[in-house]
Amino acid sequence: MKPIAADRLLLEELVPGGHHWSGLLRRGSVLRLTDLQGGANVSTLFYHHDEKLERYNMPDTLKAQHTAYLTAGHTCHSDMGRVLCSIVADSVGWHDTWCGAVDAEQVRAKYGDTSFQQQRNDMYRNGRDGLLVELGKWGLGKRDLVANVNFFSKAVCDETGGLRFVEGHSRAGDAVELRFEMNTLVVLSTAPHPLDPKPRYAPAGVRLSAWRGDPVTADDACRTRCPQNGRAFANTERFYAV
Amino acid sequence: MTPHLIESPLDPRQAVLDQVCRAGDPWMATVRAGQTLRILDLEGNQAVDTLFYSAADPEERYSAADTIARNARLYLGAGSRLYSSEGRVMLTITADTCGRHDTLGGACSAESNTTRYALEKRSMHSCRDSFLHAMCHCHEATSRRLGKRDLAPNINFFMNVPVTPQGDLQFADGISAPGKYVELRAEMDVVVLISNCPQLNNPCNAYNPTPIRLLVWDRPAAE
Repeated sequence: MKPIAADRLLLEELVPGGHHWSGLLRRGSVLRLTDLQGGANVSTLFYHHDEKLERYNMPDTLKAQHTAYLTAGHTCHSDMGRVLCSIVADSVGWHDTWCGAVDAEQVRAKYGDTSFQQQRNDMYRNGRDGLLVELGKWGLGKRDLVANVNFFSKAVCDETGGLRFVEGHSRAGDAVELRFEMNTLVVLSTAPHPLDPKPRYAPAGVRLSAWRGDPVTADDACRTRCPQNGRAFANTERFYAV
Repeated sequence: MTPHLIESPLDPRQAVLDQVCRAGDPWMATVRAGQTLRILDLEGNQAVDTLFYSAADPEERYSAADTIARNARLYLGAGSRLYSSEGRVMLTITADTCGRHDTLGGACSAESNTTRYALEKRSMHSCRDSFLHAMCHCHEATSRRLGKRDLAPNINFFMNVPVTPQGDLQFADGISAPGKYVELRAEMDVVVLISNCPQLNNPCNAYNPTPIRLLVWDRPAAE
């Protein structure tokens, strides 16, 4: 990953494992997620900030690009035929799009009971509630919770569709960079992946770094990856032109 | 691997509901806990885009991610349990003569058709337009104020969307045929929303959308 020019830096923030975060990333900015300890999972959702009924759509994203996972060169499509963000760099190679966010009951069953009264901020947290808490801060709720991306996590399937979680997939220092093509509300949780078999609750923290990016060129790798992405960029430009 | 096929003992003459949904039409109904819904592919290789909502609390709805992660499986078939966004079982697939159903591919829309096929396809008929039409007109939706916020990734019954071990998503030839069906037992009162896919851009049904038949049986008296 390239160093970030100090005069372009917009944001630098640590999100400990198990916590949650949300924020606005404007069109033209780039967000880098860095896995600090290895084995991070970042359950992430994207909403068009100006019209939150438009949001990341897992099936549209996968169908347009004939892929079942995300990596550099892929884009995250909205349900309105536009590009919310592009993955412009990735040292991991595979980010899960299938498995959703872990909920309170799954965390309790796998890792046991904790409470804030006893453990303070070391209590076990779950991705679904983390996402719902952040959504609530923007006037959104359960109805807005859709299938999310799980950055840094990999689950593969066999010929019958049976899933297997790949352990040790992301290592300390691995990173993925998202370039925003629309004004986007990013909502994320760093709670464990639902299929992570590790018996101990120890989700890794991530660093968020955002900066002002360069304009998208006509030969941009995400835009030219497939005709479908080219048309989604055209739709996005049409939206901002009118 | 041979799909796990299970035939149903239920007799259509005993059904309490028996309707045909034409190609391209939406369909909406409530199925009560214990009742069984059969979706029958009348002419073969139809894609039946389906969403489920809890009748008691429409904010609880079918969740593709929960269904995939909790079954630890990408495809749906006999024995699959369909989970809600609250992690509860909404329905169980109790019979299936097709063998595989898709929960990744979602529904076509006017907007996604512009990216997938061509910018000028926007005016063509699409499933998400059908869902929204039903949400404006069907009592099951209007009484619960269902709208676009409630459109989450859906099931495509009879669709075959295999994923390779390398992670490529393919749209394979259909494995359905005339007369194939899937049966679901409701484990809670559910509202069913179907768009009988009007897709004219995708070769999956030979550019020929066809009707489906929907049947509902009450819980057997012996139970």
